[in-house]
Amino acid sequence: MTVDTLFSWLGGLIPAMEGSGILLVISILVPCLALFLVVAVNAIVMVYAERKVAAFMQDRVGPMGQGVGLHAGKWGLLQTVADALKLLTKEDIIPEKADRFLFILAPFVIFIGAFVTIIAVPFGETTIVADFNIGIFYILAMGSFGVIGIILAGWSSNNKWSLYGGMRSAAQIVSYEIPAGLSIIVIIMLTGTLSMQGIIEYQAGGMGNWIIFANPFTFIAFFVYFISVVAETNRTPFDIPEAESELVGGFHTEYSGMRWSFFFLSEYANMLVVSAVAATGFLGGWHSPISGYFDSNGWGIFWMVSKIVFLIFIMMWFRWTFPRLRVDQLMNICWKVFLPVSLINIFGVGIWTLFFG
Amino acid sequence: MGVIHGEEMVLNIGPQHPSTHGVLRLKVKTDGEIISEITPVIGYLHRCFEKHCENMTYDQVIPYTDRCDYLAAMANNFGYVVAVEELMELKVPEKVEYIRVIMAEFQRIASHLLALGVYGLDIGAFTPFLFMLRDRERILDMFEMTCGARLLYNYMWVGGVSHDLPKGFVETAFQFLDYFEPQIDEYNKLLTYNKIFVERTADIGVLPADVAISYGVSGPNLRASGVKWDLRRNAPYSIYDKFEFDVCIGDGSKGTLGDCWDRYYVRMLEVKESVKILRQALAQIPKDGDVHQALPKKIRPPKGSIYSRTETPRGDLGFYIESDGSPIPNRVKMRSPAFTALAVLGELAGGWMMSDVISILGSLDIVLGEIDR
Repeated sequence: MTVDTLFSWLGGLIPAMEGSGILLVISILVPCLALFLVVAVNAIVMVYAERKVAAFMQDRVGPMGQGVGLHAGKWGLLQTVADALKLLTKEDIIPEKADRFLFILAPFVIFIGAFVTIIAVPFGETTIVADFNIGIFYILAMGSFGVIGIILAGWSSNNKWSLYGGMRSAAQIVSYEIPAGLSIIVIIMLTGTLSMQGIIEYQAGGMGNWIIFANPFTFIAFFVYFISVVAETNRTPFDIPEAESELVGGFHTEYSGMRWSFFFLSEYANMLVVSAVAATGFLGGWHSPISGYFDSNGWGIFWMVSKIVFLIFIMMWFRWTFPRLRVDQLMNICWKVFLPVSLINIFGVGIWTLFFG
Repeated sequence: MGVIHGEEMVLNIGPQHPSTHGVLRLKVKTDGEIISEITPVIGYLHRCFEKHCENMTYDQVIPYTDRCDYLAAMANNFGYVVAVEELMELKVPEKVEYIRVIMAEFQRIASHLLALGVYGLDIGAFTPFLFMLRDRERILDMFEMTCGARLLYNYMWVGGVSHDLPKGFVETAFQFLDYFEPQIDEYNKLLTYNKIFVERTADIGVLPADVAISYGVSGPNLRASGVKWDLRRNAPYSIYDKFEFDVCIGDGSKGTLGDCWDRYYVRMLEVKESVKILRQALAQIPKDGDVHQALPKKIRPPKGSIYSRTETPRGDLGFYIESDGSPIPNRVKMRSPAFTALAVLGELAGGWMMSDVISILGSLDIVLGEIDR
């Protein structure tokens, strides 16, 4: 449901106000609220999923309980609700020596960075807030916005651990943007469009037409992209900015309660966005794997969501299996492996398209 | 390539920090990520163990030894009672010796499992930690079966042990060993040979054998540097000379001899050796017999002094006991293996990166309760 269709639909509904500014504001606000809901629900579901995935990988049962009441509900389903309530009611501590304004600003900056990117994520053939003609570029640009918030948080806390975390994170995210971006270029070269819907249209007609299987170079590009974005979202094995055992809590050491949960919320929102981009760019977006089957609009949302969920599950799998890299090893992988590989990919895709395309 | 030097910053790791393994403070001079100097500050857990000992009878000291190395309380009990018995020239029944060895080796497995798991946690891997704790739990269950306690046992007494092995203990122990041995391969698959884990630990914090010896480092930390020294083999106490086992040493197979990976892996190998000892001891243990030596209520060792050493999971634990013939020791001094391991940290950690310091500290497997006493 794009802003445009909502706008014209509302105009048709109330002819007297057709084209007025109020309707435009409404038709922007409604999808934004819907997106906020998506982000919130996403966080709730993923916190629960992460707990359960971790528990099953570690031979535990995770949050459990019977009935409602003081327990965490059946199978611990209310665990996240309890978590959220706890976070909301927790004392909000701002360190005395912190830079108060920046300290308060930082979580919002990070959250906005994560939130606005979702606008351009297509969940179905028509289920998208705004299909920009520069959609994928917009997502990349807004995705790197969050790093400003992380640096702000690290700096303003006036804590050496936070500073370490902030600095590490800045270096890491800025570095990994490059291979991720170069892998996206591969998609753009093939499809010839920056629009998210355009990229998905290109991949219509079953699994064989997905960009990941277009040629060997795009296959590599998918993995380069995926690993880079795992690093960008600060997930294990690249979670050095938070590195609990080294940096206590990294850039969010001094944050508590709701402010802290904004970091959390945006981490999960970021995971959603990068998985959505990977699904859109390489895995056919909302198209069914088998051409012509289950390919209507309702199924589109199903396919998109299941692709996203699958990729997020892989990220969780990483987290509960791998140890953490060291900061210089992380940089080495980025600059000495991923960057050359993604440059070769671009040439490779170009040459492949020239001869076989 | 030139090296850029920035302004040095002093950073306190601890006393409250997730990776200091207790209440330890590391005063660290850093230039960005690079550590130039590291000074351990200890004493946050000091509770006058040795002074306390001068005010209580020999038996009353035993619960205090539990609380020194609280992750290997059996081994500490063992070290102390062996020292007192040596001072009294007391011979304990054979069954007691077997029970003590079985408990000490189970304790070694439990302690090493925690050390290995927590080390994985230091490196950032959460899952192996829980796997190892799950299996350690079963050992604690067996301790609970035997003496009712899970962490601080007060099990070994001068001249015996507090309780006989319960019914079915030997069977339970064999069941556990059968279950446990394949688990070691799982740990290896999950953590030991993981590429990232090896990258993070191999060639890091290399402890050469001569430095280790000059600092008095002992136990797995020393053996990882390639020195074949184990008191169970080199100066056998109790009945360790009856069992077949290998003294595992580091071989530098993933990096340099004596690096963090070697220290980790030696512990993993020692767990296997402990299983070997346990299988022999459980098979040979005498069925009948008393587990107490007849002793007066108040032990009065003859006038004199003794220094006795045992091999705990952390290394060479020494007790110096001076008796003036009264029921209260004149002086008790404990030589802690973890203390020497921490002392060598300053030597090891200079020049490494922030994350490596955590990795090196974890590989030394220190217990602050024993360092501060």
